[in-house]
Amino acid sequence: MSPGTSTTTSDALRVEEAARKVVAEHDPRSVPSEELLGALFDAGLAWVSFPEGLGGLGLSRGLQSIVDGIVVDAGGPRGFALNPIGYGMGAPTVVEYAQSTEQARDWLRPLATCEDIWCQLFSEPGAGSDVAGLATTAVRDGDEWVLNGQKVWTTLAHVSRWGMVVARTDPDQPKHRGLTYFVLDMHQPGVDVRPLRQMTGQAEFNEVYLNDARIPDANRLGEVGAGWKVAITTLMNERTAIGGVAGKRGTGPIAEALGLWSAMPERRTPVLRDRLSALWTKTEAHRLTLARARRTATKGQPGPEGSVSKLVAAELNQDVYEFCMDLLGPEALLYDDYTLRRADRIGHDPGATLQQRFLRSRANTIEGGTSEVMRNILGERVLGLPGDMRADSDRPWREVPRG
Amino acid sequence: MAENDDDKTPSVPASGDEPVRPAVPEEPTVQATVPSTPEFDFSAEQNELRTGLRRFVERQSDEATVRRLIETDLGYDRALWGRLGSELGALALAVPEDLGGAGAGLVDQAIAAEELGAALFCGPLLGTVGLAIPALVAAPAGPVRDELLPALAEGTRTAAFVGALFAPYDPSATTIASSGAGERTTLSGTVEQVPDAGAADVLLVAASGPDGPVLVAVESADARITVRGSLDLTRRHARVDLDGAQGRVVASGAGADRAIRHAYAVAGVLLAAEQVGIAQHLLDITVAYAKERLQFGRPIGSFQAVKHRCADMLVAVEHARSTAYHAAWAVQDPSLDDPELAVAIAQSTCSEACYRIAADAIQMHGGIGFTWEHQAHLYYKRAIADAALLGSAEAYREVVSSRVLDALGDVRAPVVATG
Ligand SMILES: Cc1cc2nc3c(=O)[nH]c(=O)nc-3n(C[C@H](O)[C@H](O)[C@H](O)COP(=O)(O)OP(=O)(O)OC[C@H]3O[C@@H](n4cnc5c(N)ncnc54)[C@H](O)[C@@H]3O)c2cc1C
Repeated sequence: MSPGTSTTTSDALRVEEAARKVVAEHDPRSVPSEELLGALFDAGLAWVSFPEGLGGLGLSRGLQSIVDGIVVDAGGPRGFALNPIGYGMGAPTVVEYAQSTEQARDWLRPLATCEDIWCQLFSEPGAGSDVAGLATTAVRDGDEWVLNGQKVWTTLAHVSRWGMVVARTDPDQPKHRGLTYFVLDMHQPGVDVRPLRQMTGQAEFNEVYLNDARIPDANRLGEVGAGWKVAITTLMNERTAIGGVAGKRGTGPIAEALGLWSAMPERRTPVLRDRLSALWTKTEAHRLTLARARRTATKGQPGPEGSVSKLVAAELNQDVYEFCMDLLGPEALLYDDYTLRRADRIGHDPGATLQQRFLRSRANTIEGGTSEVMRNILGERVLGLPGDMRADSDRPWREVPRG
Repeated sequence: MAENDDDKTPSVPASGDEPVRPAVPEEPTVQATVPSTPEFDFSAEQNELRTGLRRFVERQSDEATVRRLIETDLGYDRALWGRLGSELGALALAVPEDLGGAGAGLVDQAIAAEELGAALFCGPLLGTVGLAIPALVAAPAGPVRDELLPALAEGTRTAAFVGALFAPYDPSATTIASSGAGERTTLSGTVEQVPDAGAADVLLVAASGPDGPVLVAVESADARITVRGSLDLTRRHARVDLDGAQGRVVASGAGADRAIRHAYAVAGVLLAAEQVGIAQHLLDITVAYAKERLQFGRPIGSFQAVKHRCADMLVAVEHARSTAYHAAWAVQDPSLDDPELAVAIAQSTCSEACYRIAADAIQMHGGIGFTWEHQAHLYYKRAIADAALLGSAEAYREVVSSRVLDALGDVRAPVVATG
């Protein structure tokens, strides 16, 4: 992670002052969250690195944590927690690729207030790790595009207003070149969202069927046929978002392990003790790495380094929850019930039981790109190792075997 | 078949009346008489047994059936359980012929456990076949044993074993007290999690009495049994409350200790075999998927990350299999190895292998593997439960440590360079 432009003390002070002002004028404990989040957007504090007028101040990304800290300390919500895909991935993609500033603003403000939840319609039954292999088609019809296909594992599609969708506009080009990126109105005809149940019993993701769903050309992000470039922006932001933000020492999943450890002295053994201190130390190394990356974060887009934190966070989560299960002993094998529930949030649900989080953690090394794919990215794009043999990149998409 | 609960057969003295001191002389281990094939060498009959059971579960315990049964109150199909006993004789393979069994051996029973495990067969296998039957087989002759054993072996009745089932056997760990040393006894205490208890007709309780361990049979109706929500949908746990429950003494003192010890050893073998079956099944479906699933225009199995993971799974399955079979042979014929050490090796190896493979199977299936519709999670949940039952991998490594490391005698130290 190369050192970026360092932020000046005056920028930090400016952000801090602005955030305190918003929180003072819109006390999080008395105003609705929409109002507070809207005021943060208007003050350029939703994403401080965005341009002014679009929820930002054109400052270093690293300063965002000052805002978040002040808002949370005042009892306010983190927009990111309410609309993770919107905040983490939708907004950075829109800000870079929307066709007009008005269009970007029209999407971003309700996204920031969380009135509009966003989802990401990338994966398909035949295209997961290989997103660029997707088969959903978009055919131009005057000022509109007509989409047909099936998306899968779409988190929060059932509560979303807008979806980021990638579709194939030219099957005769090699797979990366025939794609185009759109923002899809999830409430229109031709968009059919069906719950897809997970091994936890919950259904936070969905299948989405697109049958002649129409998208105005104005909702296209980036050039026709250049959808892969736009998708990369989304994906890199996804990794950074999933990889997490550097919190305080001993917070997050490890806090649960520590809580359990202190609550169950009778279950302690030297073996578990050693495991816990190794996990704690690794969590700390991860946290410090995130903090270091934030110090050097510039206005620019996140690079493939985001894959480091995504990879580590995913595997650490699994290890920590596996540890908790072992520490909990036989009780770990008790479970409330597997009744199908529709989650309207993802991530840290304070009401979830430990077992539920343990089961949920199995997804961490799959969602947002599998750990195997993360390691490929680190090897090839960060370390510059030779690329994998590609059977498909130069051939027309139409001719590549899929299944 | 004596299925009559009221059959008290009072003329035969109950084993509980036997004096427990002086200690019962060392009895030969139960299956020592079984003619055994050389270790790791399966006989033609054993191979047939495996094929027959595999065919049976393919039809009777397919995924749709398992999914249907886990939605039912009881959690298993009584009629199918009965067929497993009467038609296939798969419940009493390791029961000597003179006690109403097939007189085959533990290796045969392990084959059954492996095949039934691979299919996630729903039913009180651990409680009945893993623990209760071997405890009765190893208990001194007596009316309770003679009445219960044939019914359990035949599949007309089912059992759960009430004891400290989340750790290797430890006679002092029981939380159930037995008062009175006669033919009947009154029990007190609760065990929070007993696998199979909700599905059992009779409970075999490892209690502690004034003169050491006591093995007591209690009719389920006489205990308070509360089925609890279980992570593992295919084997449920229940709370068993025995306050004031009346039971019949099966064995006490050294006789009870021997019976319970034998039950844990057998259960350890069968659980390990079950883990092998699960692990092998998951390896099979994962490899099949890796061959057919295409990403980037190639089967995912052609990516080294996937290929290596599958290879590691294979290594783990092979190790698990070797240790599980060795434990089966050693418990059947203790001249081969210290049975308790063999079980500890198997349990520590198989618990870890099976759980790791189940987690990897989900990973290699990607998003599909995380869905409810896919079978991987059913196995994954059984795998984590199996890894905890009878004691964790760490707990058994501790057994290995105490038997191998702590028992090191006068060993000549190797020559070490000191720079
Ligand atoms: C809980 C959850 C939420 C999700 N939410 C969303 C969402 O909101 N929107 C969305 O678009 N998608 C979402 N996904 C989908 C997710 O991005 C994909 O599941 C993931 O990218 C893997 O793709 P796949 O499932 O097709 O697995 P596959 O690509 O088929 O992979 C199967 C196995 O092969 C391995 N593999 C594949 N290619 C390679 C390679 N080149 N080298 C080495 N190993 C390889 C994988 O690592 C994996 O182990 C979600 C998934 C989950 C589990």
